[in-house]
Amino acid sequence: MSNLIKGKHHDWETVIGLEIHAQVKSNSKLFSSSSTTFGSNPNSQVSLVDAAMPGMLPVINKYCIEQAVKTGVGLNAKINKYSIFDRKNYFYADLPQGYQISQYKYPIIGEGKVTIDFKDGSSKEIRIVRLHLEQDAGKSLHDQNPTKTYVDLNRSGVALMEIVSEPDLRNADEAGLYISKIRSILMYLDTCDGNMQEGSLRADVNISVRKPGDEYGTRCEIKNLNSIKFIKQAINYEVKRQIEVLEDGGSIEQNTLLFNTSTGKTKPMRSKEEAHDYRYFPDPDLLPLEIDQEEIDNIKKLIPELPDERKKRYVDEYNLSNYDASVLTSDKAISDYFDSVIKSDFSLKASSKIVVNWITSELFSILNENNLEIINSPIKPKDLGKLVKLINEDIISGKIAKEVLIEMFNTTSDPQIIIDKKGLKQVTNTDEIEAFVDEVIEENKKMVEQYLSGKDKLLGFFVGQSMKKSKGKANPQILNEIIKKKLSKKN
Amino acid sequence: MEFQSISQLKLLLDDNKISVKEIAQTYIKKIKEKKDLNIFIYFNEDKIYDQVKLIEKISNDNSLKGIPIAVKDLFCTKNMPTTAGSKILENFNPTYESFVTQKLINQGSMFVGKTNLDEFAMGSATNTSYFGDTINPLSNEGSPLAPGGSSGGSAAAVAADLCLGATGTDTGGSIRQPASFCGVVGIKPTYGICSRWGIVAFASSLDQAGIFSKNVTDASILLKEMAGHDLRDSTSSNVKIPNFSENLNIDLKGKKIGIPKEYTIDGISDEINEVWEQAIKSLEQKGAIIEHISLPHTKYALPTYYIIAPAEASSNLARYDGVKYGHRAENAKSLDDMYELTRSEGFGKEVKRRILIGTYVLSAGYYDAYYLKAQKVRKLIADDFVKAFKECDLILTPTAPSAAFPLNEKQDDPIKMYLNDVFTVPASLAGIPGISIPYGKDKNGLPLGIQLLSKHFNEQEIFNAAFALEKDYE
Repeated sequence: MSNLIKGKHHDWETVIGLEIHAQVKSNSKLFSSSSTTFGSNPNSQVSLVDAAMPGMLPVINKYCIEQAVKTGVGLNAKINKYSIFDRKNYFYADLPQGYQISQYKYPIIGEGKVTIDFKDGSSKEIRIVRLHLEQDAGKSLHDQNPTKTYVDLNRSGVALMEIVSEPDLRNADEAGLYISKIRSILMYLDTCDGNMQEGSLRADVNISVRKPGDEYGTRCEIKNLNSIKFIKQAINYEVKRQIEVLEDGGSIEQNTLLFNTSTGKTKPMRSKEEAHDYRYFPDPDLLPLEIDQEEIDNIKKLIPELPDERKKRYVDEYNLSNYDASVLTSDKAISDYFDSVIKSDFSLKASSKIVVNWITSELFSILNENNLEIINSPIKPKDLGKLVKLINEDIISGKIAKEVLIEMFNTTSDPQIIIDKKGLKQVTNTDEIEAFVDEVIEENKKMVEQYLSGKDKLLGFFVGQSMKKSKGKANPQILNEIIKKKLSKKN
Repeated sequence: MEFQSISQLKLLLDDNKISVKEIAQTYIKKIKEKKDLNIFIYFNEDKIYDQVKLIEKISNDNSLKGIPIAVKDLFCTKNMPTTAGSKILENFNPTYESFVTQKLINQGSMFVGKTNLDEFAMGSATNTSYFGDTINPLSNEGSPLAPGGSSGGSAAAVAADLCLGATGTDTGGSIRQPASFCGVVGIKPTYGICSRWGIVAFASSLDQAGIFSKNVTDASILLKEMAGHDLRDSTSSNVKIPNFSENLNIDLKGKKIGIPKEYTIDGISDEINEVWEQAIKSLEQKGAIIEHISLPHTKYALPTYYIIAPAEASSNLARYDGVKYGHRAENAKSLDDMYELTRSEGFGKEVKRRILIGTYVLSAGYYDAYYLKAQKVRKLIADDFVKAFKECDLILTPTAPSAAFPLNEKQDDPIKMYLNDVFTVPASLAGIPGISIPYGKDKNGLPLGIQLLSKHFNEQEIFNAAFALEKDYE
């Protein structure tokens, strides 16, 4: 059991549950018509409702409801035809109403599940408890003035989906895989832009440790983590902290923690006495939300192919391994690119693995160097497909192909044209290759003797020298065979 | 000069016997004369003349052209401040016009001012306002009476002839009880028929706009103009609003009138019960059939109301925190300090009391026992009416347990004050329409009101029966 952590007296098991807050992709807010554009001037996207002016009332944005239902379908979850918006009451400067409209007892989406895939080819199902809709709060800006706090309400009222998992995760890596999976599903569905840097996707992590087989331990909640890296760091730190406390004879106090990204440590956000009583009750300004089967069916028609279906297609049709397929599908843009490559020439289906490798190694490295996303790649999928075909057909070697790729990146031309123009076509003519080899043997007689007396390692030297003479264009297999043949004749 | 009805004034205007400006002058004079009654929180002659200029230009086809209307200071208005009777909104100037007042403006009505009310509509005597008590115009000199509440200013404005109609809001009786105290007509229509958009919220599931007027016909004219569907209020009903006044029908033959036995309660003066008796007899004489009915959960209505209304209020009033608008305490040392000082200074005693009650009934460990149970009882009360209206078309009851009481009475006894709502609260919980019309007087000559209730969206039948009863005192 790799999930257990060795302790002083016994092993420890970590138990993790995640609450993911995903901003609904929508032009307007959950209960008002204000825009949701990120990065606008402070308080430029605030309606009377968002500012909680007296007498203002929330009105449900139908599009946000559709987005939540769509997400529910994507999470294989139960769509609740009846749900209720509640008020969660607390005071804070950036919460204009003095309450957040959320869903408490009757969320719009019930139990669901997602699958995460491991490197060794195995998978694990993670259960989802619920998904509910709620409003985001505004933002308090404490750093603009030494004695004042400013409030920006642009975010106030923006729709969030809170996705709550069961405590099914057992270590930081699983948590990372889980949040990546959720993120990718949301992005495939186009219900959240998945941008963690801008805060469109954040998570609260609940962590406890226990002796395997025991009841769950007391948990702590780390709030508001906005990168997978930080989530993993925070979990690893917190697990270690909890085990240390317990092994020193102490006990874990249920608490809400914040993770300091510069120190890598967690610290309590508020003490127990400050714990809120949110006084949830159904918002009397809103009627219960009722969705009928027809609406659900119509939304289901909008669901695109999701990561798991796509993964299955890759495994079944393209013979990719489960893990390769899951890595590929985890990012929709990459997976879309891959699909376009194969679609450009179906004979490439047989070389799927080679296509994947070219995308994830060579194409990625050149894009990374130039700070480009795959969506903006100057190398079009069909041209990458052509390149792979040229390799398969022995027109060029892999090594030459890398040069060609760089040229493709710089000129956006067809690889065939580059090869023709630069005369990079592979030499497969045995006579030509034999001539290169003969020259090398002639020029390195001493080495030949050494090789013949048993220094097998020198074979590489002859290959390299001959290749150099061919300017890299000699077909490596043919070259190898010729060298071996010629040298053995010398014997 | 006194005008008796909207139609009378409208006729004079149409015949060019009076101008909009002269109407304004007439009412401005009256309002100034009655300044001591403290009916208005906001009154500004210039603002009235500003309106006159606009109203003069519009067609006489507008049903309320030039009609003087007073507005309860709970409706947000663009051209006049809106205080909700609270210090916390003392200098609040909305940038928006409430749905109801906008509709009245659209028909050419002239707003004469914003009327006093119990702070955030919490009270039954218009004596919890930050802007002082309103005096019932029917008081004898030296012994001021309460106008009822919370819409006491509006009821008093109509009673003192300072307007021909006044908007009110009714959460548990805040239109019907002051109408009864001031001897005017007051209707709380079906919940959802008038949008709540732009009305400062007290208890969202109960708040409903309505109107005060001198007579039933005017109430029916005004309600038609105020009502209507509004997409900005999710609880607004999408129903066709009948032309109530055109449809008024005095014929009650065969109409079944329910008399609920639970509305005969101890401690109610004989005079109230006598007036009720008279009204029953009158209806019978007009051909209606009297049915003795039961509304078995009536006795739970008051406690239920005093859980639900404060619960919603405690949350609705959380937005008055000094951050965005309204009063903010000075010299606060921290955010929590600012909240505490702002709200301590900004809210009055009764509002604080209800926020505390509401916070308590919603808190962890008490929610099920209070709020949830109250919601269940509310359903039973609503079901009582549903069952009753299978047996009858209308229900007739007294409006209030007493006539107008002296202004300073019951000040320190909130429970006694809450009892004022005993006859009005059940209909509020059920969301059904109710009207109070003056019907007789007590031995001191003070008016007493009777209440007619009907099922949802059946305002027409209420108006019809009220119209018929009104004739008894013409």
